[in-house]
Amino acid sequence: MILTAPLAALGRSTLGLLASIGRVAIYAAQLLRHMLTPPWYPRELLVQILQIGWLSLPVVGLTALFTGGALALQIYAGGSRFNAETVVPSIVAIGIARELGPVLGGLMVAGRVAAAIAAEIGTMKVTEQIDALVTLSTNPMKYLTVPRVLAATLTLPILVAVGDSIGIFGGYLVGTTRLGFNPANYLHNTADFLETWDVVSGLIKGAVFGFIVALMGCFHGMNSGRGARGVGKATTNAVVSASILILAANYLLTGLFFTS
Amino acid sequence: MIEIRSLHKSFGMNNVLQGVDLNVESGTSTVIIGGSGTGKSVLLKCILGLVKPDSGTILLDGEDVAKAERDAFLARFGMLFQGGALFDSMPVWQNVAFRLLRGSLKRPAAEAREIAIEKLRRVGLTPDVAEKFPAELSGGMQKRVGLARAIAAEPQVIFFDEPTTGLDPIMAGVINELIREIVVEMGATAMTITHDMSSVRAIADRVAMLHGGVIRWEGPVAEMDSADDPYLSQFITGSAEGPIEAVR
Repeated sequence: MILTAPLAALGRSTLGLLASIGRVAIYAAQLLRHMLTPPWYPRELLVQILQIGWLSLPVVGLTALFTGGALALQIYAGGSRFNAETVVPSIVAIGIARELGPVLGGLMVAGRVAAAIAAEIGTMKVTEQIDALVTLSTNPMKYLTVPRVLAATLTLPILVAVGDSIGIFGGYLVGTTRLGFNPANYLHNTADFLETWDVVSGLIKGAVFGFIVALMGCFHGMNSGRGARGVGKATTNAVVSASILILAANYLLTGLFFTS
Repeated sequence: MIEIRSLHKSFGMNNVLQGVDLNVESGTSTVIIGGSGTGKSVLLKCILGLVKPDSGTILLDGEDVAKAERDAFLARFGMLFQGGALFDSMPVWQNVAFRLLRGSLKRPAAEAREIAIEKLRRVGLTPDVAEKFPAELSGGMQKRVGLARAIAAEPQVIFFDEPTTGLDPIMAGVINELIREIVVEMGATAMTITHDMSSVRAIADRVAMLHGGVIRWEGPVAEMDSADDPYLSQFITGSAEGPIEAVR
């Protein structure tokens, strides 16, 4: 017993994990099917675009601004060890556009949006509002999940684009005011070294992260346990799983995009 | 007519329904009584397709509900949920007119709003409530709004899940009367689950008692008091002594 207990526990948690992956996969497949078949709810989509996209702008913008600034300081400090301070503008731009813009934006939106979605849908579940939707001939998957996932997938690339610009601006501010760069040269360097694919790959990442964030929020909300505790747990699970999946997806996408 | 045949449903080791047989005639009001946790809500949810039964059949006017076209089937139903289950993201009138604002029954917003206000008036609420949000209403008012939403699309079958739970006795009486009036006036088939005996006497034509996963007793409300079923008698009198075990 004593010897097998840890093995049994390992087996149980492995099986539990695999079952969760299976459930999410089935949920995602159903979601895609519902996305393609009517009825659609454009008004709900619009509301969610505002909720998820527009209202996340301050969070994503501030994150990008400070990250851009810090990145400029770090690269300057690191670059000065081998007299390569001049790479600051280009490395800031590439780092923000390829990695930090989408990843940090995605993580911030995961904190804000996945939690909000899971809490809202979880509360609807425990107060029987989801059942009420069904009895009113409305499919919760179409009415609640599809608009949220679509809105997040569409708006996150835009948020990333805005975040990229603000992040590069943050680097520019620090570079020109504290590190002694000439403003015109800084901009010139940024534009010269930044390629279209650097930006586009980040935007694609953003779309994938948006999908993940809303999917996790909806999935955990729909499967929320009873009561305040159940909703709390669903919210935590949504944020944690969205964040981990974003980081894992980022690694996979980076591998896919940038290794030959 | 709703016919339920040997309906079984378990949740893990918990066998909630173990062969429920019940007929609900069209145009009648049947109240299902039974202790907490006996599966009354599960039974209603099985009929609506919110919970999938393990075995057994449910027929609505001879048609198997499991095989029916979902939208057309659900369009014939209205349901008042225990806690109201109002959508708190939208004002009262949009809650009431929910079905009329989307889907197959969709109509212009102004017309849907008119109908909503009319239904609110029917359940004793003034038009100024229409613009409020559910969170701004008292428990009794939320129940009324839930009732208005349940009847908004003129359903043929209406389910009431514990309609008086959480209300004071006078408000409970008012809601009972409203339910009775509306069901008679619409000629709808009503199925109510409750453990409030005053509700049973006010609403029911027929009473069915669910206990131990089966319908223990079924009959007209007038015969309920004289029936010689010890389980039913204990439930009606609310006695702690009897065949139904009560944990102290």
